[in-house]
Amino acid sequence: MPELSIDQLKAKAHEIRKDIIRMTTAAASGHPSSSLSATEVVTALYFGGFMKYDPQNPTDPTRDRFILSKGHACPVMYAAMAHAGYFPIEETLTLRKLGSPYEGHPNVRRLKGIEASTGSLGQGLSIGLGHALNARLDKTDYNVYVVIGDGEMGEGQVWEALAAAEKYKVSNLTAIIDQNGYQQTGATKDVLDLREFQPKLEAFGWHVQTINGNDMGEVVAALKVAASVKDRPTAIVSRTQKGFGILPLLEQEGDLNYHGKPLSKELAEKALALLG
Amino acid sequence: MYLGEYSGLKLGPATRDAFGEALKEFGAKNPKVVTVDGDVGNSTRTEVFALAYPERAFNVGIAEANMVSVAGGLATSGKIPVVASFACFLMDNAFDQIRMSVAFPNQNVKLVGTHAGISIGEDGPSQMGIEDVGLACSLPNLIVVVPSDAVCTTAATNAILAHNGPAYLRVGRGKVATVYTDGIDFQIGKAIQLRDGKDVTIIANGLMVPGALDAAKKLEEAGLTARVLDLHTIKPLDVEAIAKAARETGAIVVAEEHLHHGGLGSAVAQAVSQTTPVPVEYINVGDQYAESGDPQGLLDKYGLTADAVAGAAKKAIGRKVK
Repeated sequence: MPELSIDQLKAKAHEIRKDIIRMTTAAASGHPSSSLSATEVVTALYFGGFMKYDPQNPTDPTRDRFILSKGHACPVMYAAMAHAGYFPIEETLTLRKLGSPYEGHPNVRRLKGIEASTGSLGQGLSIGLGHALNARLDKTDYNVYVVIGDGEMGEGQVWEALAAAEKYKVSNLTAIIDQNGYQQTGATKDVLDLREFQPKLEAFGWHVQTINGNDMGEVVAALKVAASVKDRPTAIVSRTQKGFGILPLLEQEGDLNYHGKPLSKELAEKALALLG
Repeated sequence: MYLGEYSGLKLGPATRDAFGEALKEFGAKNPKVVTVDGDVGNSTRTEVFALAYPERAFNVGIAEANMVSVAGGLATSGKIPVVASFACFLMDNAFDQIRMSVAFPNQNVKLVGTHAGISIGEDGPSQMGIEDVGLACSLPNLIVVVPSDAVCTTAATNAILAHNGPAYLRVGRGKVATVYTDGIDFQIGKAIQLRDGKDVTIIANGLMVPGALDAAKKLEEAGLTARVLDLHTIKPLDVEAIAKAARETGAIVVAEEHLHHGGLGSAVAQAVSQTTPVPVEYINVGDQYAESGDPQGLLDKYGLTADAVAGAAKKAIGRKVK
């Protein structure tokens, strides 16, 4: 579990963004924009000293758990795991291809280091709660981080999990809502406006922070605060931009949502050049 | 007259009671066993376990979706979670969670649907799990077991808890006849032959096993002999026992407390058609919802009787190719 500085983390996030573009363009399908919004958070978790893990021993009972409940954003997780040493980054270029363990959505049976098979939205926080309760039973103190989409918050099961996590005061559970403002058919405020998350989650008894989730300094600071909370579950409302890092290109394309669309080869080249 | 009474079987405990006791016993030996409840533990009898091991029992409230996925997470981290609710609320309400958090990732979660069938009685159709077996059987990786009496349920509970993988156990609300008075040789996926005959085979599970024995007795009085198989496991299916029955008796009746589609009948029909095609008749709830009423009255009204099974047997025998 490396602990990079903010500048190093920013550079790492840059590399991960480029890998997201490369693998989704190679797959000619996937969700790059949904992956790009969550890149700072996922990068900070894997490389900011927050998660304890060993790629050589991915089932170590004391490991910290990372669950990507918004499973369609798995390219960001695959890229981070590759950089962390779970597998060579070149392998992720087989994303979504027949026989590849880098499936379109995460599959625990195909890839070591995955803690939940996600892709049917709404289940990740509940699964994370199960992992968190297990820590209590085993008298260990590992942490569980769950990244949820803001559109995904429309699933009722998430609110069931929020209530149950508070009941059991699982302070080792951290939910991060990647609030990129869009879902499949449009802006979340137009599709199903859940309004402000912070007061809702606080009313559920959670410790809540709202941050700019594409600002690495804010992400690292918030994760530090979350780790220090010992009496209840913690949430970070991570306000992000879908497609962060290549927004000028998406603007030119006239689609700031760009949901479930890979970049064409030409656009990917421009994106990689933009990211440097 | 309760099912099994005609063949002299005594009324025994409800299968849910046997499940609760067996769970507690198994939990005493294996500290990995935990329960996740949706606030019906006093009905499902997981309460028996929860009272003995409160630190291993979680009640997440009336939230079946969360309940199942929490169990999936606990299993991923190495626990053996038992999730019990009414069959309909568990299997129907949380079907996608069972698919994604249990079956697809092949997690070691034990699903227990209680209050299955129309014999729950007065509470009515909203509480009757009569599609649960079909739903459970549709999912890869899941073992599906429907025990007939308390003895069989105790053995089935131990077997699925010892099995490494997801399983669905279906139990009922009310007292049922004790079939296995002399003990049981229970193996997952292995049918139990309760009596032999040459004219027809009655394949049954759950409550309809004693009904099948009653029917066999009635047939005997009419000069016909019936083999009776307790097919407690629907997945994996004992195709060999079914094929043998088809080959040796030439006609089959399938009796179950479930909808016509997707249950034991569908599974047996597939096995028969692929091995030894013979006439098959079905006794079940049909393609309809039931209603409120007393359990015995409901079973009679919806045709889950020994007479109905015996009648179906005669029909199947009559359809044999001469």
